[in-house]
Amino acid sequence: MPIFIDRRLNPKDKSLGNRQRFLHRVRAELKRSVQEQIRSGKIADADGEHAVSIPAKGTSEPSFRAAGDSGRRQHVLPGNKQFSPGDKVPKPGQGSGAGSSPGLQDSEDDFRFVLSREEVLDLFFEDLELPDMVKLNLKEILTAKPRRAGFASSGSPTNINVSRTMRNSHGRRIALQRPKRAEVEAILAELAKIEAEGTDMARARAAALRAELDRLERRRRVIAFVDPVDIRFNRFEAQPLPNANAVMFCLMDVSGSMGEREKDLAKRFFVLLHLFLKRRYDRTDIVFIRHTHVAQEVDEDTFFLSTQSGGTVVSTALEEMQRVIAQRYPSKDWNIYVAQASDGDNFASDSERCLRLLDSEIMRLCQYFAYVEIIDERESEIFGSTDNGTSLWRAYLTVKERWPNFDMTRIARAADIYPVFRQLFTRQPARPRN
Amino acid sequence: MARHAHRPDLLFTGSDWNFGTLSHTYDVIEAVAKEELRLDIYPVQMEVISSEQMLDAYSSIGMPLMYRHWSFGKHFLHHELHYRKGGRGLAYEIVINSDPCIVYLMEENTMALQALVTAHAALGHNHFFKNNYLFRQWTDADAILGYLDFAKGYITRCEEKHGVAAVEAVLDAAHALMDQGVFRYRRPPRLSSEKQREGLRERLEYEERTYNDLWRTLPRPADGAKAAAENADLIAERKKALNLPEENLLYFLEKTSLILEPWQREILRIVRVIAQYFYPQRQTQVMNEGCATFVHYTVMNALFDRGRIGEGAMLEILRNHSNVIFQPGFDDPRFSGINPYALGLDMMQDIQRIATEPTAEDRDWFPEIAGSGDWRTILLDAWANHRDESFIRQYLSPALIRKWRLFTLSDAANESFYGVASIHNERGYQKIRSALAQRYDIGTNNTDIQVVDVDLLGQRHLRLQHKVRDGIVLDGGSCDATLRHVQRLWGYEVSLQGIDAQTGATVYERSSSQLTQ
Repeated sequence: MPIFIDRRLNPKDKSLGNRQRFLHRVRAELKRSVQEQIRSGKIADADGEHAVSIPAKGTSEPSFRAAGDSGRRQHVLPGNKQFSPGDKVPKPGQGSGAGSSPGLQDSEDDFRFVLSREEVLDLFFEDLELPDMVKLNLKEILTAKPRRAGFASSGSPTNINVSRTMRNSHGRRIALQRPKRAEVEAILAELAKIEAEGTDMARARAAALRAELDRLERRRRVIAFVDPVDIRFNRFEAQPLPNANAVMFCLMDVSGSMGEREKDLAKRFFVLLHLFLKRRYDRTDIVFIRHTHVAQEVDEDTFFLSTQSGGTVVSTALEEMQRVIAQRYPSKDWNIYVAQASDGDNFASDSERCLRLLDSEIMRLCQYFAYVEIIDERESEIFGSTDNGTSLWRAYLTVKERWPNFDMTRIARAADIYPVFRQLFTRQPARPRN
Repeated sequence: MARHAHRPDLLFTGSDWNFGTLSHTYDVIEAVAKEELRLDIYPVQMEVISSEQMLDAYSSIGMPLMYRHWSFGKHFLHHELHYRKGGRGLAYEIVINSDPCIVYLMEENTMALQALVTAHAALGHNHFFKNNYLFRQWTDADAILGYLDFAKGYITRCEEKHGVAAVEAVLDAAHALMDQGVFRYRRPPRLSSEKQREGLRERLEYEERTYNDLWRTLPRPADGAKAAAENADLIAERKKALNLPEENLLYFLEKTSLILEPWQREILRIVRVIAQYFYPQRQTQVMNEGCATFVHYTVMNALFDRGRIGEGAMLEILRNHSNVIFQPGFDDPRFSGINPYALGLDMMQDIQRIATEPTAEDRDWFPEIAGSGDWRTILLDAWANHRDESFIRQYLSPALIRKWRLFTLSDAANESFYGVASIHNERGYQKIRSALAQRYDIGTNNTDIQVVDVDLLGQRHLRLQHKVRDGIVLDGGSCDATLRHVQRLWGYEVSLQGIDAQTGATVYERSSSQLTQ
């Protein structure tokens, strides 16, 4: 009889390590492929699995092997139908129909396989870094969770560890030979029996037993059942928990000047930022604030789909954001990220006000503030690299000079978004931290 | 079903299996196989695995445990792709040449299929592994799993110590030379490393003791001819000291390379040992599969004849059997070479036929076995003492050549057509037989590359020689990449010279110094 072993419940993914090594090996190729797909495809699809194809040449395993197109060979094949010795058969791929002699050459084609969502994001965001890590470090340890850490001889009564205490007590009682209740009861029973007899000998025996009983009772009193030295308490240590919450504020101008195209570009930028944060933090909230000359917090659909008429007062959005932060996202518990998209139109006097708002409070609260200005494709040539621009742009430029965690840029085409995103979040040169 | 219910002889009914039925079926199959075919097997260990685990096993060249390397990940993705697309089914079983013989069964198999697989792998392959001379001589069935376990652990430790990239570089290079990493003609030396060190120390001591300064003062030979003669002597001596020419490149690099760290040598050794373990399997594909297929076919039919397997199950078994031995003709779009299962089974059944009901032609071709009646002994002998090449050369009969309608095409690279050389007629039998045997001769098919010379005291230039047979040269890009790998392991210049095997003329020459990195 053979031995049977049921291996079906063995851990799966035995070859995961090999897969990772392979992905690492073709990383450059995969990265190119994934970025190409994300750049050209819909941003909404970025957050999912991707089929990628890998050219065979990058992953070939070389060996001293014979070249297929050299020398003289003999092939033995089955299924001869009409050939006689001396016949000549044209080789495939040389004018004649294919299939006259298949199976003589084998080639390893490019092959496609599916990357999981995590692997895609890893490749996608490789060498992107969260900006302003300094503040993150300061904020990192905010909450603490009690964690069991052994036993202590002092503590609060609620933390008494009963089994540990009883074990100590038991040991001590054995060591000090505390009389057991059974012993006492045995003497009492014998005493009762003897006293019933009433003879002299019995009386003498009873006296001896009583003395013994006294001794035992005294000993039982002196050696406590549970002594304070036995008591043990569960000990807890505070384990610091890194702050894993992030909130992302999307601010957008929805006045008439923002058309479908502008909104679409803004949306793509927001989605990228959201993906990025989601990968870094356990919990990411998004708050959508739209504004015209008044600002309000809305849900996602309203944010992207509905339009409103009105002027443009950017500072209203900043004020609204301040209100939401104060109300729901205290900056000591949350990593705050702000992404603002606008076409740059604003009342001239309001830009000054925005500047004051940012300077006085908002920039202190948030980890990072990214401003993207969506401009016309024709304008991109004019404004692409200059510091000229709308009043809002110029106002923000001064903020940028003052605050390292503020960044701004211009977007004209969908294809620009990803490079711009990368530029905003490029891994910054290591700064001394303490 | 109702009809089956009152047939208590049946080993199983329905398609579900459980361990009790599996075990009982195995016992019956083993008894039948021993009785009908006189098989001699290792004890069996059966492991039930899921399809995903089967894919895992595929990617690590069929071994239950293997060290980690990216190429296995690549193969896994490759197999998975085909499997998911439905283009290729999975094997129903994998069998490991070890003692006890390990057979993997897929959980998705039906009971009928499990019975078939049991007969095929647990008896057929198992018997072949235990009895074939190549496996007996060249592999340690009882040690391979232990060795793989060691190898896996060792490489993991190396990765922790020296970094994944460093280990990967060595493994890449070693894998590239895997085909040149086996001993074909002599048994691998079995010195333990301790004994080796001891031997080396003794030799050094002896050289020190016998050193005499007087020899150094002898006058140098003046004339050029004498110097050349002495030079030739020196080279001959050097070659002898290094045991050159050496066919096992990995062995040579492991022992001789001056730049490798001990752990790198050990990795080369691991790859070499694994290559050597698989060397017999590559030489006995047709025989191994043929033996297993013949066994399962014979045993299943015997069980059916005795009423132990129901008709439904037998139909399923036969359907799978005929799928396995399907051999399309060369012009069929499904053709992908000769199916070793089909060829092996047909040849073995042909031997059975020749032994029991020979024709005049068979008596002519196989005087020893024709009509002897005892096909069991002939087959047991063939399984034990042949590899594919010799088996075909010995037993491929004209009747089978006609049945398969085999023909040979000669293919010269510089011509735009194939020439039909021989077909299944009186003049062609011998030629077809020998051409087919040649095709399975791993010695002629594998590229023959040897280390011929190295000057350890001078430039340390490593010279490799490729014996070019029939003008078949190496694939340029792959060859250059492999040369780079050799150079990485050797550390100094490496050159490869192609010498025509017949004429001795130099066909080509490559050197690592010409390659751009």
